[in-house]
Amino acid sequence: MKTIQNIGIAIFLLGLGIFAALPFLGSFKLDQSTFDEIVTEKRIKSEIFTADMQQNVVGKEFTGMIDLSSKISKALEYANATHVKNKEYKKKIYTKSSEMASLIGKRSGTGYIANNKGIMWFLSFGIGIIGALLFIIPQVVTLGKKGIKNDGVYHQSSTNKGWIAWLVFFFLVSFYMVLYFGSQYAVNWTYLVDPISESLSGNPAGHWFVYGFMYCTIMSVMAVRMYIKYRHNMYQIVRTTSVLFFQIIFAFLIPEIMVRLQMPYYDFKNAFPLDYDFFFQWNLKSLLDSGGIGLFILVWGVVLTLVIVPVMVYFFGKRWYCSWVCGCGGLAETLGDPYRQHSSKSLFSWKVERWLIHGVLVFAVVMTGMTLYSFFTETSTVFGIKTSSIQNLYSLAIGSVFAGVIGTGFYPIFGNRVWCRFGCPLAAYLGFVQRFKSRFRITTNGGQCISCGNCSTYCEQGIDVRAYAQKGENIVRSSCVGCGVCSAVCPRGVLKLENGPEEGRINPTEILLGNDVDLMELVNKK
Amino acid sequence: MEHIVIIGNGIAGVTAARHIRKKSDKRITIVSAETDYFFSRTALMYVYMGHMKFEHTQPYENWFWKKNRIELVKAYVNAVDHQNKKLVLADGNFLNYDKLILATGSKPNKFGWPGQDLAGVQGLYSKQDLDQLEANAPDKETCKRAVIVGGGLIGIEMAEMLRSRKIPVTFLVRENSFWNGVLPAGESAMINEHILEHHIDLHLGTNLVEILADENGRARAVTTDKGDTIECSVVGLTAGVSPNVDFLKESGIELGRGIKVNRHLETNISDIYAIGDCAEQHEGIGQRRPIEAVWYTGRMMGETLAQTICGNKTEYKPGHWFNSAKFLDLEYQTYGWVFSERGMKENEQHFHWRDDKEKICITIAFNKDTKQFLGINTFGIRMRHEIFDRWLTEKCDVNHVLEYLKDANFDPEFYSKYEHKIVSTFNSEFGTSITPKKKSWKRIFSNA
Repeated sequence: MKTIQNIGIAIFLLGLGIFAALPFLGSFKLDQSTFDEIVTEKRIKSEIFTADMQQNVVGKEFTGMIDLSSKISKALEYANATHVKNKEYKKKIYTKSSEMASLIGKRSGTGYIANNKGIMWFLSFGIGIIGALLFIIPQVVTLGKKGIKNDGVYHQSSTNKGWIAWLVFFFLVSFYMVLYFGSQYAVNWTYLVDPISESLSGNPAGHWFVYGFMYCTIMSVMAVRMYIKYRHNMYQIVRTTSVLFFQIIFAFLIPEIMVRLQMPYYDFKNAFPLDYDFFFQWNLKSLLDSGGIGLFILVWGVVLTLVIVPVMVYFFGKRWYCSWVCGCGGLAETLGDPYRQHSSKSLFSWKVERWLIHGVLVFAVVMTGMTLYSFFTETSTVFGIKTSSIQNLYSLAIGSVFAGVIGTGFYPIFGNRVWCRFGCPLAAYLGFVQRFKSRFRITTNGGQCISCGNCSTYCEQGIDVRAYAQKGENIVRSSCVGCGVCSAVCPRGVLKLENGPEEGRINPTEILLGNDVDLMELVNKK
Repeated sequence: MEHIVIIGNGIAGVTAARHIRKKSDKRITIVSAETDYFFSRTALMYVYMGHMKFEHTQPYENWFWKKNRIELVKAYVNAVDHQNKKLVLADGNFLNYDKLILATGSKPNKFGWPGQDLAGVQGLYSKQDLDQLEANAPDKETCKRAVIVGGGLIGIEMAEMLRSRKIPVTFLVRENSFWNGVLPAGESAMINEHILEHHIDLHLGTNLVEILADENGRARAVTTDKGDTIECSVVGLTAGVSPNVDFLKESGIELGRGIKVNRHLETNISDIYAIGDCAEQHEGIGQRRPIEAVWYTGRMMGETLAQTICGNKTEYKPGHWFNSAKFLDLEYQTYGWVFSERGMKENEQHFHWRDDKEKICITIAFNKDTKQFLGINTFGIRMRHEIFDRWLTEKCDVNHVLEYLKDANFDPEFYSKYEHKIVSTFNSEFGTSITPKKKSWKRIFSNA
């Protein structure tokens, strides 16, 4: 078994290595007709840019993206600088250089990678999946009898912030940097999934399609791990299946198929304000221009946030969204599960958490307010502040850096729910409902707690569960996403996630059940 | 300001300190030689197994003590001088007190086995024991085999710990079935099976004779009364614990096996109290034993004594017995009294049910004549403490318990339910026709 697992790791690393090397490989040759197409499509009026490109790029063969990308960005920056100096603002090109590079790169790929998409897919994704499964599936045997399997979590480099964890951190952060800020380096990755993209939406893949496909792949593989690790725990199995379903069907397949049917790209489960650009002008316009379906999405999006989400939280707690439906939660609960113990439980972290997450919510609401004001009054500024610059700031700081680079990249170091705990504005909103008007609580079972600390240690949201349990109090916290792991790891059967009557949900106690009844009444009623 | 000194920073002493602070402004000092801060003793096993780091076993952050004005003194107390109301510390210092709370816990039993003090022989109780096990048995290369002597809760925990590092374990149990002095036969038998499934070499009905030393004075093997010699690197002595009271022998405080206390947890000397594992009631309360080395009773004594210290003189009156444990992957809970065949009361009758596939079983004890429900043991099913506490207070009969068993279920959502199987087995054994009622929130929270 150990041998199979080691072979699995080796194969997985080979696949990962090939995947990681791809941004630096491949050959690109931009021919004249493709360049002309791009100039027309992008309505490029800068003769300086086109001349520069004609001279340095068109017709030449480039090996690797680095060289090509720097030529394009130089041409673009020089052209723009010159036009600004000459006050020829109409000629300025507003496409970002990384976008321009990925557009040109995508259309000009030649050579082995671009021509052998299937084989390259297998050599990266394919053997990555096979290797990972070869490592994971033998755990059915190696983990032994079903039950809680946390042996060695704090002895292993990968799960105890050792060098493997830092490597994973480095890899994830780099990956997200490419995704958000260097999409031209993802061009070779897009070739691998072109056939899949074309079979779904009819279009070649962009880097967001790579991300979507990879997201589903990683979640599926890591879900297998969840099924094995928690095979004694039906709650975990059902919940894992649910997040997987919503990711693959709602977040990945339906939007792609909608594009094929000439409809807007839309993830029906992605609720505002997590879906922060829902009310952005370009989205509203595209929805309003899409006829019946566009209008339906508009109404659905509003109803989802204002009615469905809070009503469901009332009945089931915010877990119905955060750990049963949400894509961010889905990745955290599968890929992130090995790192859940790293969330800080200190009082200090809790104070930071409250300021940050509610700050982001306020930010999102203010930005959306400005957006809607600008939309209806057809102005571009509110109180002299440009709406678009606030939107750009949010997209960059919250949408890309916080949710992506930090939110996922920092899994191995800060735990798997960094974004959900400190940043997600939707989680903040659901948290209010959960804390003040909900039937959900984690019930503490009388006086059975032995303060061992497994619940707190494995709480991904950094809740000090034990602090409540050892006092005999139920856990009613806005941040709880209801993953159910505290209940699973409890050795004494003290914790149960349940939806019950609101009355008595919060039950401060001083003397725990099991001591003399008079004493309990005496002090608890005081 | 009155100075309350507590010896011992375990659950009993710390609970007392916390509650005294809540109710008063008294000066509070906790003395311990074991660790700087309170930790959960029951969680030590998880540190060795790598589930947690030691700091995770500490329920309060380190700033908590200063903020709550609970002074912590790391020192070993050599003697109590009650005439001058002071403690003599091992470092030569003295500590004065106005009221003294003894919460010194237990120490592992050693029954005079030859070789019991050799290197590589240890119990598992304190933080120091944990550190020692880490040194003695860091991995399966250093520790080729461990022998554990004593079939109780600590013994099986130690076996689980060592197995988590793939160290071969031989488990010597004096009884002819695991823990059958406490558990009824069916349950004990199920645990025997479970132990074997975990590749622990279980030797039932076997006693330790001698621990043999190698040339360096380390344990190298044990011999048993079955005539076996078992080679090993580590010997775990886990044959129960007794109160940690040796330092009080000359103090004038009345001792039995533990520190003798009355129902107000007072010793024979005024202003000296004892709580937790080290306290011994003159007579057991109800069906309880005079000494109860259990987490929960330590906590309850702490809660109660804090009332007395703060002027509300309160008798220690533990409610209905409850307890829980985990045997490898099997969770165990008990509410009320279910005695083993050995300790069974005259009018006690048992209903035992075990699932035919899963390692799940329950035993319900009830009065043969009145049918009054006496207690329940469950393995692999979690039960609601409040419900059973209420049923015991209300002296419900066994039929009621079975009829409303679904109310008491505390398993996580989506778990398989066993109430129908349990009740139909009961019906066929006792000729009843009980149908389980649907779970009702209204009943569950009726007087909670």
